[in-house]
Amino acid sequence: MSVFINKDTKVIVQGITGGTALFHTKQMLDYGTQIVGGVTPKKGGTEVEGVPVFNTVDSAVEETGANASVVYVPAPFAADAIMEAVDAELDLVICITEHIPVQDMVKVKRYMEGKKTRLVGPNCPGVITPEECKIGIMPGYIHKKGHIGVVSRSGTLTYEAVHQLSENGFGQSTAVGIGGDPVNGTDFIDTLKAFNEDPDTEAVIMIGEIGGTAEEEAAEWIKANMDKPVVGFIGGATAPPGKRMGHAGAIISGGKGTAEEKIRVMNDCGISVASTPAVIGETMIETLKENNLYDKCKTH
Amino acid sequence: MNIHEYQAKEIFRSYNVAVPNSKVAFSVDEAVEAAKELGSDVTVVKAQIHAGGRGKAGGVKIAKSLDDVREHANEILGSTLVTHQTGPEGKEVNRLLIEEGCDIQNEYYIGVVMDRATSSVVMMGSEEGGTEIEEVAAETPEKIFKEVIDPVTGLMPYQARRLAFNINIPEEYLGKAVKFMMSLYDVFVQKDCSVAEINPLVTTGDGEVLALDAKLNFDDNALFRQKDVVDYRDLDEEDDKEIEASKHDLSYIALDGNIGCMVNGAGLAMATMDIIKHHGGEPANFLDVGGGASAEKVTEAFKIILSDDNVKGILVNIFGGIMKCDVLAEGVVEATKQIGLEIPLVVRLEGTNVEQGKKILDESGLNITSANSMADGAEKIVSLVK
Repeated sequence: MSVFINKDTKVIVQGITGGTALFHTKQMLDYGTQIVGGVTPKKGGTEVEGVPVFNTVDSAVEETGANASVVYVPAPFAADAIMEAVDAELDLVICITEHIPVQDMVKVKRYMEGKKTRLVGPNCPGVITPEECKIGIMPGYIHKKGHIGVVSRSGTLTYEAVHQLSENGFGQSTAVGIGGDPVNGTDFIDTLKAFNEDPDTEAVIMIGEIGGTAEEEAAEWIKANMDKPVVGFIGGATAPPGKRMGHAGAIISGGKGTAEEKIRVMNDCGISVASTPAVIGETMIETLKENNLYDKCKTH
Repeated sequence: MNIHEYQAKEIFRSYNVAVPNSKVAFSVDEAVEAAKELGSDVTVVKAQIHAGGRGKAGGVKIAKSLDDVREHANEILGSTLVTHQTGPEGKEVNRLLIEEGCDIQNEYYIGVVMDRATSSVVMMGSEEGGTEIEEVAAETPEKIFKEVIDPVTGLMPYQARRLAFNINIPEEYLGKAVKFMMSLYDVFVQKDCSVAEINPLVTTGDGEVLALDAKLNFDDNALFRQKDVVDYRDLDEEDDKEIEASKHDLSYIALDGNIGCMVNGAGLAMATMDIIKHHGGEPANFLDVGGGASAEKVTEAFKIILSDDNVKGILVNIFGGIMKCDVLAEGVVEATKQIGLEIPLVVRLEGTNVEQGKKILDESGLNITSANSMADGAEKIVSLVK
């Protein structure tokens, strides 16, 4: 078991003929992901990496039976691409594209209300269920199959955490990058809910960063609902206020969104927060021992 | 991106958001000329810098004659203002706004922001105008009213009316207040703003509702479709290294420490700063080279780090996803060849094409200390710069 994606997920790649998309389509295929088609307007009827290309998401879905898509379309056109995938009633859309104007995302969120599609991202590394399905840009080889769920606002910091887990012998059920933008699709709570219900996930790592209050809200949710132990980390403890730290969402403004406050709330809600990014894995191992889950989660 | 108050007011005029008559001046003579043309009994001389708190720092002065205008302009232009938003070094004033005085009846606060919790644009109002809104929010949150705006309909008149009533704008000003808010929302959406703040919004003795101050910030991700906003950019207000970085599409922020950082991914870049500090060092910058960085971009990033005289050592921390480690390694080698490297360099590589990347660094013959983890890298660079 896993969350959001598994070996049966059939994926189309939107913007498949772009350079980054091509590179990662090949990587995803090599990993074993079922990439069944691609979409680039006016390139329909061609083929890349042995994958058929279609002009529209609709036609790609009809021909291939895809139930998920991954978006690599450039930022000015990415919101449109997400909405096209939602309109085609896919179960899941994962948007990798960064730098999408925030007002475009406000429209996307409104458009998605009442529709069945789950959006992950934008500005995220994607989702991976190790040894089954990789959708996105994460390096596949660091992931191992197992029982730790990972959810994160940051791409490379997710790799860091996963790497620490795998090196110590703790595989992952699914790693979900929710992205660093202020307006995005799936949030911490959506993902935590899914991990809570997933019989194969025994514990969860939640990686946040400065800006907004999503971590605090997730911590409150965990306290009230989560049956499984959660370990946390917050990036940006040393970031100065008022400066946007790369991610559009990572900014301390009006005294809100500081790492200190997030860590305080998380601790209050029973989450063990790693003191540095280098000890996320260690902190999880300690937590597993305390909860008698060490042996169950030690996969290799 | 930030712009000046006078530029925000130019945008406001083009959208019929009411503002007092005013003119920008770049010299004392221009300031006096502007005041003459405005011809009002009272004129306000306002320093134009990208920071709030100008009034308290002596950057806003009232003039009752042209001689007053000359005196104040002389005093403010070229001076350095230190406010709670400028940092201790302050900001030099190169531009003035010369504005007609108005007969203020009451002051209010109106702000428009992107609200993450509702994924919507939210308009906020308060009758506590003129004061720091953060203080109002902390001390009397019940005095801040919010309207969540549906992107399909935009701000509706009933919402603007409700906000106006809630913040106790007198009925005789209601029509103008509603028109002001509706037009302000149009500016926010059509110009891709991230923040629009009017503090204070004032009602005047002659029945007007005016933006006495105006602060607009823009969504950097939308600047590709806001060419006229980009034209307002004032490079004097920005850090030289940050300007250079933005030319190469690098996300760079100058800090006060002596360890230069080059990292891919914003989260990892922040965490790298954190761990340097944890090991007793001070980061000199935040630098995210981004996902699809080319070797050239990495070279430029390196040059920018080295152009900071405070930098006594560099930590490169890369976990390749989109970013390939071999590309990173090529960029590092190229940069050190071009500019020479006389300070310690610690490199930690992991992720896509990591073996090729390590090989390139090993075969380069450069004096590079390699690290096998993030903590190892941080420890090594901290001990090397001591």
